[in-house]
Amino acid sequence: MDFTFDLNTIWFFLIGVLLIGYAILDGFDLGVGALHLLVKNDVDRRIMLNSIGPVWDGNEVWLVTGGGALFAAFPDVYATVFSGFYSALMMLLFMLIFRAVAIEFRSKRPMKWWRQMWDVAFSVASIFIAFLAGVVVANLVTGVPLDANKEFIGTFWSLVNPYTVLVGVTTVALFMTHGAIYGVMKTEGELQIKLRSWVNNTIIFFIICYITTTMATLIYYPHMIEHFKETPALFVLAVLNMLAIANIPREISRRKEFFAFLSSCASIAALLSLFAFGIFPNFVLASNNPELSLNIYNSASSQKTLNIMLIIAMIGVPFVLAYTISIYWIFRGKVKLTNMSY
Amino acid sequence: MDVEILSRIQFAFTIAFHYIYPPLSIGIAIILVIMEGMYLKTKDKFYENMTKFWVKVFALTFAVGVATGIVMEFEFGTNWATYSRFVGDVFGSALAAEGIFAFFLESGFLAVLVFGWDKVGPKMHFFSTLMVSLGSMFSAVWIVVANSWQQTPAGFHVIGEGINARAEITDFWAMVFNPSSVNRLSHVISGCWLAGAFLIISVSAYYILKDRHIRFAKSSIKIALVVVMIASLFQLFTGHRSAVGVSKNQPAKLAAMEAVFDDQTNAQLYLFGWVDSENQKVNFGVAVPGMLSYLIGFDTNTKVTGLNSFKEEDRPPVNIVFQAYHLMVAIGFALIAISLLGIFFWWRGILFKQKWLLWIFVFSVLLPQIANQIGWITAEVGRQPWIVYGLLKTSEGLSKAVEAGQVWFSLILFMLIYLGLFILFIYLLNEKIQHGPEDVDSIPSEIGHPKA
Repeated sequence: MDFTFDLNTIWFFLIGVLLIGYAILDGFDLGVGALHLLVKNDVDRRIMLNSIGPVWDGNEVWLVTGGGALFAAFPDVYATVFSGFYSALMMLLFMLIFRAVAIEFRSKRPMKWWRQMWDVAFSVASIFIAFLAGVVVANLVTGVPLDANKEFIGTFWSLVNPYTVLVGVTTVALFMTHGAIYGVMKTEGELQIKLRSWVNNTIIFFIICYITTTMATLIYYPHMIEHFKETPALFVLAVLNMLAIANIPREISRRKEFFAFLSSCASIAALLSLFAFGIFPNFVLASNNPELSLNIYNSASSQKTLNIMLIIAMIGVPFVLAYTISIYWIFRGKVKLTNMSY
Repeated sequence: MDVEILSRIQFAFTIAFHYIYPPLSIGIAIILVIMEGMYLKTKDKFYENMTKFWVKVFALTFAVGVATGIVMEFEFGTNWATYSRFVGDVFGSALAAEGIFAFFLESGFLAVLVFGWDKVGPKMHFFSTLMVSLGSMFSAVWIVVANSWQQTPAGFHVIGEGINARAEITDFWAMVFNPSSVNRLSHVISGCWLAGAFLIISVSAYYILKDRHIRFAKSSIKIALVVVMIASLFQLFTGHRSAVGVSKNQPAKLAAMEAVFDDQTNAQLYLFGWVDSENQKVNFGVAVPGMLSYLIGFDTNTKVTGLNSFKEEDRPPVNIVFQAYHLMVAIGFALIAISLLGIFFWWRGILFKQKWLLWIFVFSVLLPQIANQIGWITAEVGRQPWIVYGLLKTSEGLSKAVEAGQVWFSLILFMLIYLGLFILFIYLLNEKIQHGPEDVDSIPSEIGHPKA
């Protein structure tokens, strides 16, 4: 594969890293949300909510920063995708707002109907966000129609087809699994036993979706494996991905929740890396004419900007990692409800 | 209505709504730093308790700010794709810096600020409060830098032509320190301090009038009064500097702010008036002769460029800008008066006996909010018809792939959702105020039942 280690390539992968960070971090709190309604009593629901309480908005920042980095490094991709996927992204935004509001307001009043209403909003929004994120990613695999001015010329409904829906559902399954594992890590007693059994259910759901998606990709979108043919070493990623997934039930049964969670993080990272290598060097494939695709060169900012941003990232990222890790360290251990809790 | 007007309404609506919250967060955060700093210094649990109460209010404003803030970042791309392509190279590095330096800092340490009271020691907690406050101000820095670049572009060159034209950065620091960024940033930040501090003054004055949480309220009011006195006077200075900057860099905007139609020296400064832009005159106006020229150049002979020196299609709407600007200035002076009165009575030791002033305090929370909003209206409407001053027209910045129906759909939903959000915010804020701070001795450290 044509792989030059230039600024454009670095930024393609750095944006990939931001989105992987987002998927891993917001992935578990979306997953906790998706499972939320399955927990029946109020204290348990509050424990679920408070397991993500201190971190969920920090997790969303990865999406915001990913969006900002995309805007800065590849303005044409940002412009084309965000305006082209207008209605889908607006729904995503509304769901993000609903979810934030639901988390914040749910436990503020004791009434049953009040809490049930926000619980439903929280859970439905979590599922929807995961689904829509999957649909958006899938459209980068299938490609979308573009004109010579880099503008999207499809409609909202052209974004929805069996393949993109399948990837959406797979994303929901993946995050549910990830969230259940996180839940096992943060809870104790009966709730933990319940969540442990859900890990097994959700992982089966995920594996079925995953195999179906992989087969569909190989059959209908073989361009995704071009690089893997040219550079067989990349196949290691696919193997790692499967090993990581297979390791999850093993660690869960050994009661090593933290390692199960790391495995789950690794499988998300591997899965998104496979996707990134699959579409490279394109960002947005033009389904009507591959010549019109937006790639890392024809949609990028100037070398100077990419360079400035690299400096910004090199200064900022060590700090970000340092305090992200510190905060997870401070809030390690099982959830306890206090008077500052949600 | 076409896509342009719908997109403009949507952006104006979503940004105006968003802009209620971050100023509150920024302003409350700086006061949290002071309060918690006093706790560290005096070791008096009273201050810790006070900080805890305001942290709850802070967390509420912050949550709404985040939820409505993500919208803003998406909206550049969804509704203003052509603009995004044009400015991405320049604007993008500021946004990326905002994400990396500000958002992570803010949201990370927020967790410790709100949930970490029992998890970390007092010093670490204070450090987190400080970081949240810094993070919130950093985010203001980068977003105001980006917006100022739209007002006074610098450090770039334009490559390509017509539909492919875009601005490319040539000098990062010239972009960051473009001619208006320092003035505008200082003006915005002290506007934020006023918004937060007057919320605290308002709630505390309410407690005193209702004879509740007296020690807490008196102490909160004094801290906030010091902040508003400094901020409101600073605002006069930064406001003046901004206006002088506008007269140099965006003369059409200044002409609209003061309804100057023909080039003139000895230009007058209106106290108020109603602009009839068709006949190019100001009705019911009262003005100080020569004052505008004097203020922008310290000389009544300073020439002010009038709107007629600009092509008709390059002029901003005059009356909106004029009214917004004048009301903002009037509120600015009112805030100075309120804070000086407060300080004066405090100095005389009779502040808490002045019922009338306490009632003014209760309602004073609205003033900085209104001033912040109309200040932005002055800045943004005054920039029209340009989206990037002198380089790109607002009408040229739209998304080409978006149709009016889609914007109708999102606009209506935004209005409904934000209306609901606003009602909820007010409801919950009122809940917290009615509940009030906990008494120092009765705070359980851990409870296992749902909180009321």
